[in-house]
Amino acid sequence: MSDLVDGGTVEDEGGAKLVGVVLVSHSAAVASAVAELATGLAGGGTLAPVAAAGGDGDGGLGTSSELISVAAAAVDRGAGVAVLTDLGSAVLTVKALLAEGDELPPDTRLVDAPFVEGAVAAVVTASAGADLAAVEAAAAEAYTYRKV
Amino acid sequence: MLDADFFRRWMTATAASVEHEAERLTALDSPIGDADHGSNLQRGFRAVATALEKEEPGTPGAVLMLAGRTLISTVGGASGPLYGTLLRRTGKALGDAAEVDEAEFAQALRTGVDAVVQLGGAAPGDKTMIDALLPAVDALGRSFAAARSAAEEGALATTPLQARKGRASYLGERSIGHQDPGATSSAILIAALAETAGE
Repeated sequence: MSDLVDGGTVEDEGGAKLVGVVLVSHSAAVASAVAELATGLAGGGTLAPVAAAGGDGDGGLGTSSELISVAAAAVDRGAGVAVLTDLGSAVLTVKALLAEGDELPPDTRLVDAPFVEGAVAAVVTASAGADLAAVEAAAAEAYTYRKV
Repeated sequence: MLDADFFRRWMTATAASVEHEAERLTALDSPIGDADHGSNLQRGFRAVATALEKEEPGTPGAVLMLAGRTLISTVGGASGPLYGTLLRRTGKALGDAAEVDEAEFAQALRTGVDAVVQLGGAAPGDKTMIDALLPAVDALGRSFAAARSAAEEGALATTPLQARKGRASYLGERSIGHQDPGATSSAILIAALAETAGE
């Protein structure tokens, strides 16, 4: 049920058109661990496709536009792609790719959300079959969850 | 008039300056950043020089758009999408004209700088590349040499500022007293422009 695509976990949902989720971190380890966490917590039934795009592509810390493009294409099932990022160049690179127009699948959105909590919310919501707007709203809502 | 060859030479001159200044940029990025600005730009502009040789774009707009796209895909840090957007939007604004005059170029570069402001959300005084680029664009109406001086002064003037954007902003007051590496590399880009114009 689980395949590794370019260092990221892709869970195949078996035909249903689910929103895909891409997790972009400066660290390959962080991106793939958050993907593992989110898919683990979403587990049970059908899982939305999730891909990690972490690090600079050469094993260092940073952002790779190539990894992001590949990850977005890998999770695109025609229902849109939600991209969550950590900070700095991860945010700016996704924005620049979106501005290019043809580097990411149609209906790809940079979701403004906390990385870990937003990823869990996005993957759980997408796995339930929600559309892109609902996935985005669920991930963004994670900002309102206060811990203290 | 400025043709594709002028813009190729500008990019090549920038690549040479970045090569020369990479250590200084990384040294500036050590106390307030993650110490990779020089090496990141070096990797990016080396790729730009290679791409321009291989693809030989024939118009000013095509040269800058190829350079911008190459930076976005090769730099790996925030300077990639920021400089990439600057050059791409400038190139896009130049359209497919075979030659552009200096006023048209100044206007296009302003479009590019505006796009960087929009992407990064930085305002003047935030201790970023904008502090060198905005004065340079304002001065470009006078001459390339004036733009170079304005960019260099803008970069120097970032030293007493407190960073409000990017990695350096986490340092708060401890970012004061260091010249911003992004404003410095922007001054290098504009200096290479003046050099290419023979000013």
